[in-house]
Amino acid sequence: MSKAVSKKTEPPKTAYFNEKLMTAPYLFWSIAFIIIPLCMIFYYGLTDRTGAFTLENVTAIATAEHAKALWLSIGLSIVSTVICLLLAYPLAMILAQKNVSQQSFIVLIFILPMWMNFLLRTLAWQTLLEKTGVINSILNFLHLPALNIINTPGAIILGMVYNFLPFMILPLYNSLTKIDPNVVNAAYDLGANAVQTFLRVIFPLSIPGVISGITMVFVPALTTFVISNLLGGSKILLIGNVIEQEFTQASNWHLGSGLSIVLMIFIIINMVLTAIFDKNGEGTAL
Amino acid sequence: MIKKYAQKIYIALIIIFMYAPIVTLIVLSFNASRTRAKWGGFTLKWYGELFSNADIMQALYNTLLIALLSAVAATLIGTVATLSFNSMKRQSRAIFMSITNIPMLNAEIVTGISLMLLFLTLRAKFGFGTILLSHITFNIPYVILSVMPRVKQLNPSVYEAALDLGASKSQAFFKVVFPDLLPGILSGFLMAFTMSLDDFVITHFTKGPGVDTLSTKIYTEVKKGIKPEMYALSTLIFISVLVLLILVNHTPKSKNKAGATLSIERN
Repeated sequence: MSKAVSKKTEPPKTAYFNEKLMTAPYLFWSIAFIIIPLCMIFYYGLTDRTGAFTLENVTAIATAEHAKALWLSIGLSIVSTVICLLLAYPLAMILAQKNVSQQSFIVLIFILPMWMNFLLRTLAWQTLLEKTGVINSILNFLHLPALNIINTPGAIILGMVYNFLPFMILPLYNSLTKIDPNVVNAAYDLGANAVQTFLRVIFPLSIPGVISGITMVFVPALTTFVISNLLGGSKILLIGNVIEQEFTQASNWHLGSGLSIVLMIFIIINMVLTAIFDKNGEGTAL
Repeated sequence: MIKKYAQKIYIALIIIFMYAPIVTLIVLSFNASRTRAKWGGFTLKWYGELFSNADIMQALYNTLLIALLSAVAATLIGTVATLSFNSMKRQSRAIFMSITNIPMLNAEIVTGISLMLLFLTLRAKFGFGTILLSHITFNIPYVILSVMPRVKQLNPSVYEAALDLGASKSQAFFKVVFPDLLPGILSGFLMAFTMSLDDFVITHFTKGPGVDTLSTKIYTEVKKGIKPEMYALSTLIFISVLVLLILVNHTPKSKNKAGATLSIERN
């Protein structure tokens, strides 16, 4: 390790040798466990059981059953992403203004809940949402109409918002704290009111955070099979459920891979968006 | 004034939303009734039975061991990689950063099945080893992203000064540079450990029969009903981390390095 740092001061020849040595483990790892596995999905997705080339596994997305699952997934994940954005933006603004230490709030919102298993946390919503559950008891006590969303798409949306909200809050907070307060003050000095300042100064400057948050929420929501399994009953199938079943129950890896290729198109769009809006090369929201 | 209260109420509502399920689980761990639908009175018996449940203890052992080993391995590989990025040319660094971003931006299910297909093709025996390799893979980016800002802030003159003052290269690195990197490395390690602990999807696809982590064990129990011992165990884990965090945050500021490292650092 010592050698890497010394590179800055030493002739390039030695540095080159050391750099190679230091990059090697990660280079090997990422080729073996990131690049090759992704190629395997394309290999399986574009071949049939005999190994011959086919597009059938990819075009299978157009069959009624699969297309329905995909559209439902897209619909639910768009709704969840919008709800996350609407909930997270005010929170991020408040936190950024208050100068809450970034560390303490990341721990509170992000890290600490993760120490309670994610499946259990999602399952707990069943207990909260049930007909005679906690939330309905409270609503009943307040003489409000009961909420019957368990085993409906509504419960899945709630589960998505619950699980992915932190991924929206964090990048928004990061981009809002980077805004120079003098810029905001200048807008007020020049006669803008609060709404104008928000729409024409604050929001445009926070766009990188918004984009980053959207990509961080949309992809996991689009591809989840756990949340729909736990909160949607067994009747609602999302595209994630279809793919998971092809692998674990039907053992049709070719079809499962073909459908995953379709998902990867969305993921690649996301990566491109992130690359465009994240010019500093700071990586993702984290 | 009203605005201030509205803000506080809003923060409180979001916190309630995030923590309501956790409180529910803690309450359920004291529920004497075996089903979660009914309150059967207060009991501590699940906490007693937990430790005699060999299955759950084995799953806990697997979970913790995988989290520890994968976090250590990812921290080593990730830190060395980040140090090497620093001296790379712009272009190759950009390529490496894009590769690093793949597991973070990719869907978990896609990462999971891609690794499953790799292990299938290699005819690897699915089990502890395959889970461990997969966890290392998705943990490395978290380490790189938390060490990176620290490496960028390094001042080369300090290292050179150490050399001028007679330190050997390794002395200069470990006594001068390394302490500056340490908070980032620790925060990456803790992030990796937490991510591994909470993972279900990737473990689901890369585990073999007979090997379970807590997550996969819970998933198989969903249909027949979660054993209350599981709520008790989760409560114990959660409360101990909470207590640890409170202790760390209440130590004097100057010694607060460990607390600071509990979050990902990014500037």
